[in-house]
Amino acid sequence: MDVLTWLIPISLFLGGIGLLGFLYTLRSDQYEDPTGDSQRILSADWDDRPRP
Amino acid sequence: MTTATLSACPACSAAPSAEDIAARAMPKPARLTLSLPTIHCAACISAVEKALAAVPGVNDARVNLTLKRAQVDAGPAVTASDLIAALADVGYEAHELDPGSAAVTATDRAGRDLLMRLAVAGFASMNVMLLSVSVWSGAVDATRDLFHWISAFITFPAIAFSARPFFRSAYTALSAHRLNMDVPITLAILLALVTSLWETALSGEHAYFDAALTLTFFLLAGRYLDHRTRAIARSAAEELTALEVPRAWKLVNGAETATPVADLSIGDLIRIRPGARMPVDGVVTEGTSETDRSFLTGESLPVPVAPGQPVSAGEVNLTGPLTLRATAVGQDTALHRMADLVAIAESGRSRYTPLADRAAKLYAPGVHILSALAFLGWLAWSHDLRTALNIAAAVLIITCPCALGLAVPAVTTAASGRLFRKGMLVKHETALERLAQVDTVVFDKTGTLTSGAPVPTNLDAHDPATLSQVLAVAEGSSHPLSRALTTALRARGVAPAPVTDLREQPGYGTTAILEGKSLRLGRASWVGAEETATTTAWLSAEGEAPRPLTFTDALRPGAAEAVAGLKAMGLRVILISGDTPAAVAPLARQLGIDDWTASALPGDKAGRIADLQARGAQVLMVGDGLNDTAALRAATVSISPASALDAARVASDIVLLGTDLSPLPGALRTARKATRRIRENFRIATAYNVIAVPLAIAGLATPLIAALAMSTSSIVVSLNALRLK
Repeated sequence: MDVLTWLIPISLFLGGIGLLGFLYTLRSDQYEDPTGDSQRILSADWDDRPRP
Repeated sequence: MTTATLSACPACSAAPSAEDIAARAMPKPARLTLSLPTIHCAACISAVEKALAAVPGVNDARVNLTLKRAQVDAGPAVTASDLIAALADVGYEAHELDPGSAAVTATDRAGRDLLMRLAVAGFASMNVMLLSVSVWSGAVDATRDLFHWISAFITFPAIAFSARPFFRSAYTALSAHRLNMDVPITLAILLALVTSLWETALSGEHAYFDAALTLTFFLLAGRYLDHRTRAIARSAAEELTALEVPRAWKLVNGAETATPVADLSIGDLIRIRPGARMPVDGVVTEGTSETDRSFLTGESLPVPVAPGQPVSAGEVNLTGPLTLRATAVGQDTALHRMADLVAIAESGRSRYTPLADRAAKLYAPGVHILSALAFLGWLAWSHDLRTALNIAAAVLIITCPCALGLAVPAVTTAASGRLFRKGMLVKHETALERLAQVDTVVFDKTGTLTSGAPVPTNLDAHDPATLSQVLAVAEGSSHPLSRALTTALRARGVAPAPVTDLREQPGYGTTAILEGKSLRLGRASWVGAEETATTTAWLSAEGEAPRPLTFTDALRPGAAEAVAGLKAMGLRVILISGDTPAAVAPLARQLGIDDWTASALPGDKAGRIADLQARGAQVLMVGDGLNDTAALRAATVSISPASALDAARVASDIVLLGTDLSPLPGALRTARKATRRIRENFRIATAYNVIAVPLAIAGLATPLIAALAMSTSSIVVSLNALRLK
């Protein structure tokens, strides 16, 4: 059962990365225009990132 | 001193007030926001962005397709009208949004806050669930305790952050001595945490940390869906309000200055250009014209005005420029007083108790009593406080209204989304439930069933020579009747007669000279004809009898289909108008409405609706004018077109975004279907409780059973809501 002392912190850490990633996308306005983003992928225009 | 050059006169540039005015008039380098109601695809986005970027002075333009808006970052020289013209060239309709309205620029804070809490709850529940699965699949002794402790360490901070909206709402309700859905939720979460911590400390077998977290997660998901539906509707409704950018032309030392309407004061001289709306109540000091009062009274005929006559805010100036001396501004105008009266009146929406509240009223006390009885029963039977508390917590968790919390928002989200795609904006959260009950529909005429634009009716009665004279004279005016004649005659391919000396006499008509004879097109009294009941313009050539040109108000597209559809659904359709009987009767006959009233005052409309309601009818009011506002408020549920006055749109529950009325019967059907789904969801949630509660009271519910039951019922309810599409 010693392996648990490694596995539990690792699983929490990985999950935490996911959570931080989501919070980053939320803070950088990536959910402001979901409909537009799904359409923009079809156009050939260079599109850097959503501007605030 | 760059502002000095913009000042009204060089001498008064030293005066700070004049500089202020000049500075306000000068366009600032700001972000402009445009509303783009017609965009829908990837090609639209790039076309709009390219067109905007091509306007000189524009630094950056970004389209938001979800909100159907564009944000433009431009230099000071660029005005919204330049951008709107550029977009019109590539075929997109655009409107300027008022940058002063905070809703236009602010991002959705509340939604982001809920999403953040949802993410934390999701993260924590996944991890705790992982540990719980190990416990359920057989971890014992020290391992189980370790897992429980880790779960506790994750759960407590996560709940403290995520469940705060429920705690706050429950606290507010309790301090007002009320019960709402959040009270049992809060109690269940807190009791689950306390008993689980106690069990963990005593190396017990069952801990409900995962249940507390998944509960929070599902409930937050419901809350977020609910918020998002309403936020989209609200932002679009605010957008419509923002469409009328409040600016007026004030006369300062004889020069016109653009001034925000909010800064006007009594005694100011204000120039009203033809086509503009009166910003204030006032007395005409200069100029003659006609005004359109249909928004205020429902009259479709323009009213002549001359110096010395009072006008009120909201009227539209039609022909000649007018100068007003303001007699009442802002909140004191007749327009606002009428709107205030409306605000005092009891509204249909406040009389309605939402289904969710009715369910909560039955549910919350029931659950508490059940849980308390379980606690007391087990305490009396086993004399063990620990067991009794565990059972009580299990009952609360199992009955916790996960499915109930999702039952309403999941359905309204699906239904509102469906209606939004059909061009209807649901502004109020219970609007769909109320719409589903409707059995009587009351329509306003001017601006609602009709488009408010006149169409000539007797062109065939005139010979071609007359028609070409009419066209020649009509082209000299921008009066709605003249414009209607021009459009209709041009469409027939009529060529204008070669007239000279074309002059418009604001408030009366237009004159011209043809082959040495004078021609007049205008009001009956001005050309020497008898007044008639229908909307008529008269053409008189010198030495000949005046010839009438009659008009009718064009039907709004889809009006006939909407009325026919509603009647086919078995609804009673009534027409109440402030216009004259002569104007209302033919329209009612054309649409097949037998029950109609003309010359109704605003109070009559609301009174008639109250009368219908007193006899047990559930009334849907469809109207657009200020004279309809009281009726819109009084009705069970109300709809107004996007072209309606602000006050009417605010009073109504649903806004029709397009010009077409034909989606109305469909909306009623969707609302009925949605209400049926909500009731079904309540039944599903109840059925689930009937099975689960006896298990919990018997002490057979384990955390595993609780987790399974909760997830299953939530998913079933969500899937049922999705069936609406």
